Amino acid sequence: MDKPVNHRAWFMVMPVVILVAFSAVIPLMTVVNYSIQDTFGNNQFFWAGLEWFEQILSSERFHNALLRQFVFSFIILAIEVPLGILVALSMPKRGWTVSLCLVVMALPLLIPWNVVGTIWQIFGRVDIGLLGAALNELGIGYNYTQNWLDAWITVIVMDVWHWTSLVALLCYAGLVSIPEAHYHAARIDSASRWKVFRYIELPKMNRVLLIAILLRFMDSFMIYTEPFVVTGGGPGNSTTFFSIDLVKMAIGQFDLGPAAAFSLIYFLIILLLSWVFYTVMTNVGVELPRREKES
Amino acid sequence: MAKITLSNLAHSYLTDPQGPGDYALKRIDHTWEDGKAYALLGPSGCGKTTLLNIISGLLTPSEGRVLFGERDITRLSTEERNIAQVFQFPVVYDTMTLFDNLAFPLRNRGVAKARVRERVETVARMLDLTGSMKRKARGLTADAKQKISLGRGMVREDVAAILFDEPLTAIDPQLKWELRTQLKSLHRTFGHTMIYVTHDQTEALTFADEVAVMYEGEVVQIGAPEDLFERPRHTFVGYFIGSPGMNLLPARVAGSEAHLGGTRLALGRRYGQVSGGRIEIGIRPEFVALGNDGGNDGEGLPVTVTRIEDVGRHRIVRTDFQGREINAIVNEGQPLSEQMMSGQMTRVRFDPHSIKVYADGWLIEGKSV
Repeated sequence: MDKPVNHRAWFMVMPVVILVAFSAVIPLMTVVNYSIQDTFGNNQFFWAGLEWFEQILSSERFHNALLRQFVFSFIILAIEVPLGILVALSMPKRGWTVSLCLVVMALPLLIPWNVVGTIWQIFGRVDIGLLGAALNELGIGYNYTQNWLDAWITVIVMDVWHWTSLVALLCYAGLVSIPEAHYHAARIDSASRWKVFRYIELPKMNRVLLIAILLRFMDSFMIYTEPFVVTGGGPGNSTTFFSIDLVKMAIGQFDLGPAAAFSLIYFLIILLLSWVFYTVMTNVGVELPRREKES
Repeated sequence: MAKITLSNLAHSYLTDPQGPGDYALKRIDHTWEDGKAYALLGPSGCGKTTLLNIISGLLTPSEGRVLFGERDITRLSTEERNIAQVFQFPVVYDTMTLFDNLAFPLRNRGVAKARVRERVETVARMLDLTGSMKRKARGLTADAKQKISLGRGMVREDVAAILFDEPLTAIDPQLKWELRTQLKSLHRTFGHTMIYVTHDQTEALTFADEVAVMYEGEVVQIGAPEDLFERPRHTFVGYFIGSPGMNLLPARVAGSEAHLGGTRLALGRRYGQVSGGRIEIGIRPEFVALGNDGGNDGEGLPVTVTRIEDVGRHRIVRTDFQGREINAIVNEGQPLSEQMMSGQMTRVRFDPHSIKVYADGWLIEGKSV
């Protein structure tokens, strides 16, 4: 059967092609272009090959930023996930307090990143900030602009304040889907509170918890605005996370080549981690029954 | 194991109940004997689950007491009561193996390892689960999951009673029958007191030694299946049990006669002058005979046939008497006359000894003639 050939159909996909080209492909290719060339200005470029990649990958600055980034993301997950679960478990299941809790929990999530940064920047200030001034009044020498530990604590507490609600709300969604009969059965089986959590609540939260972990990990891995507003990456380089370092390199120092190489490596790391998470998430739920069917 | 006594028990979900309408469970006084199988039968919302939850301790009654043996357990927690309960929808611990699921209630009570193994294996054998004890409970079919829930109830030897809350609702009809049979044999083997909540009369009548029929928060009759069939104490029992249920007709009763819309019917017992609100006579379709002559010999009620249903073992003839439905069951061996069809006029005759008289829904005992 002869199908009519109509090339006008290509026009239908043109908007998408153009949109994706301008929003993703062309910018990315520009970065690739920068990463393999060198320039001394005047818009003149010289071939540099993989020089920038080698330089970045072997530089101590990159290693330190990477380490800081992983430590930061790890601490964030280690605090926010258990805390989120705990908050979700202690939220009421019915009554008017439910709506109240949900609204209060959602509030920090609605505040823009730079506003959160500004709030904590002022909150922690030694001269006028409620937290900073109060701590110093109590004789605790807290100063996030001078002490690296204080800076870390401030940035971590800020992130916990901003994002634990997300984990809690996701877990809560998982918890409320558990039928009451499961709790009744557990009581009849004399299960302890821990066992109820371990064998009823945790398995039901499994999926949402994985989504929460993925979201929090990726987001903390790309964190920029909040620590930039609060500490600007300091004191020294102590809170210079990946994206802050990248921006310093690209805009502060205008090292376009190394910054482009840095960007691509950053992008590949995120791509790799996303893939790992995706594989884990799709397999945790699905693999089990499949394996059982075979046996 | 022990007998269960419900003493002046009543429950309202309101904090300050005013009239009887505010009670989800009206006053009940009854003893359930040790080792018997009971059913709580009634339509949705009649309070049967409320009663079950009071016995299991998930709900504290607003009035009255519950005793296991001589021990008052009204205010004890579920754990302290030593009961097992199987819920409407199967509850299994997804991440545990079948073995661990069955062992869970025993391990939580610190039973010795060897004893746990022995009990779990016994129960698994009873439920035909032995083949797959090492697999995880996730992804099992509903009936397999319900078997596990059941097994978790059976596995403890010391339970005072096992409560079932419509346990076969989520099960396919074919497997329903199988599980019910298994339940019966489990009851015979282990001899636990069992209380089975259902809205399915077949389930209740085949499973239980005694059935409690509930209606609007009230236990209207407790008795053996035959009692419920032959001597319904309340019109609801008559209507709810049997298929089709009892025929109920408003009537005027005097002495040993009932008057229905100009027709006189002889009754098997003498009632004197029955007064009161709503007087009805009830007769099961099994005891209604069709007058196949269709003539005007003055005996029986003149009716119009509306429909004839062939349900295999027998036929149900639905007729209309002055706007009220009267059903008759005609056995297979008994031929219906050739011309019997809908729209035809005929007469129905009632067996006088099977006619019951009800005032405001409750049975009136007559004197024998």
